[in-house]
Amino acid sequence: MKVSYYPGCSLHATGKEYDQSVKAVSRALGIELAEVNDWSCCGASSAHMTNYRLSVALPARNLASAEKAGLDVMVPCAACFNRFKMAQHHLRENGALKKEIEEIIGESCRGDLAVRNPIDVFSKDIGLEKLAEKVTRKLAGLKPVSYYGCLLLRPPEVCEFDDYENPILLDKIMGAMGAEPRNWSCKTDCCGGSLTLGKTDIVIRLVDKLMTMAREAGANCLVTACPVCMANLDMRPREELRLPVFYFTELMALAMGLPGPTEWFKLHNTDPAPLLKSLALL
Amino acid sequence: MGAFLEEVNRRIDGVPIQRCYHCRKCSAGCPVAFAMEFNPNKVIKMIQMGKRAEVLGSSTIWLCASCETCVTRCPNDVDIARMMDVLREMVIEEGLDAREKKILKFHEAFLAGIRSGGRINEPMMIARYKMTTGDLFSDLKMGLDMFMKGKLSLISPKTKDMTSVRNIFDRTKK
Repeated sequence: MKVSYYPGCSLHATGKEYDQSVKAVSRALGIELAEVNDWSCCGASSAHMTNYRLSVALPARNLASAEKAGLDVMVPCAACFNRFKMAQHHLRENGALKKEIEEIIGESCRGDLAVRNPIDVFSKDIGLEKLAEKVTRKLAGLKPVSYYGCLLLRPPEVCEFDDYENPILLDKIMGAMGAEPRNWSCKTDCCGGSLTLGKTDIVIRLVDKLMTMAREAGANCLVTACPVCMANLDMRPREELRLPVFYFTELMALAMGLPGPTEWFKLHNTDPAPLLKSLALL
Repeated sequence: MGAFLEEVNRRIDGVPIQRCYHCRKCSAGCPVAFAMEFNPNKVIKMIQMGKRAEVLGSSTIWLCASCETCVTRCPNDVDIARMMDVLREMVIEEGLDAREKKILKFHEAFLAGIRSGGRINEPMMIARYKMTTGDLFSDLKMGLDMFMKGKLSLISPKTKDMTSVRNIFDRTKK
């Protein structure tokens, strides 16, 4: 299977280990990734919070580029994924806007490409059984809670791929890796996102609550699919509440015996090595 | 009275906000409501009452994290997250004072980053934000740690066709 790949800005910096682990897992699963030609930033929260047309035009420039390749486009970053889906939604619903946006970006954009998150691609196109077959070292004793945050699933009529109040695909992927996912009620709660610089105190309060709830659920780590959630959960909670946080693809690579995890884990702020060593997983 | 409501509805271009019957599901589910001076449903009521200066001068509209929980749960499909975007746009377009200046400075630094290279270089974007807010020392250790780990680099690949990126900014400018 071959897909277009849109890494986005974070995956080249703070979310480096997400980019590398998505690539490693995709390769192992036989998914060929072709980077979207000459991509630019999706605009993230800052565009839609300040300028509506800019927030549609920036993703549309990338969608137009991906449409030329004609393949499904895989977007690991939750924020980029959301902006791509949202732009397509607006382009489909509003013909006048579509015309205007095409003039702004200087080319046509159909807005009908399948925009996919790797959670969706791995669990549906590859399938949980095949994922389980790839496991060489079960993640026994690892008890993650799945944390989707906001942007993968809301609004549901736009994001479409998993239940928006109680999503289950990440739990199932973790289960296929031999981990023991814990149930909790904060899967789609907000971490405060981009408020992390302008209003740090709000973000600390939100991530402290998430860590407390994860501990109450009996978890020993969290898994996420968003570089902003990762940064906030990994760096912002009060010291004594912190649990290790992983990109779900890092744990997949670990279970599948792929090279890379040891180096990626060194990039985390909250060191996951003690936990993984105690479970003989590292 | 009425003009403010009409303008907000026209900009949202969807479900009129007066369809709200104040069940407060939005405010109950809002992760940031604890820090807001007006809850989301109260903002709707204030717009209906024509309280333009109070709404556009509030911190609430900047604190909204756009998590979309409100619109997802609203029984009347009122797009409250979009309403917050619209209110912020009105402040910017009218040149009014943003009550939460640091949040607006962050967005400006972020967008300036895209305009200059097509892609965000995170350390440069944060440096730009810190220069304009004067908030130089918070998170310094965290940033240095990330540099030491090789996570952040001052140089990163840019978009090649920068003309098309700059055109987007020029053509969407108001």
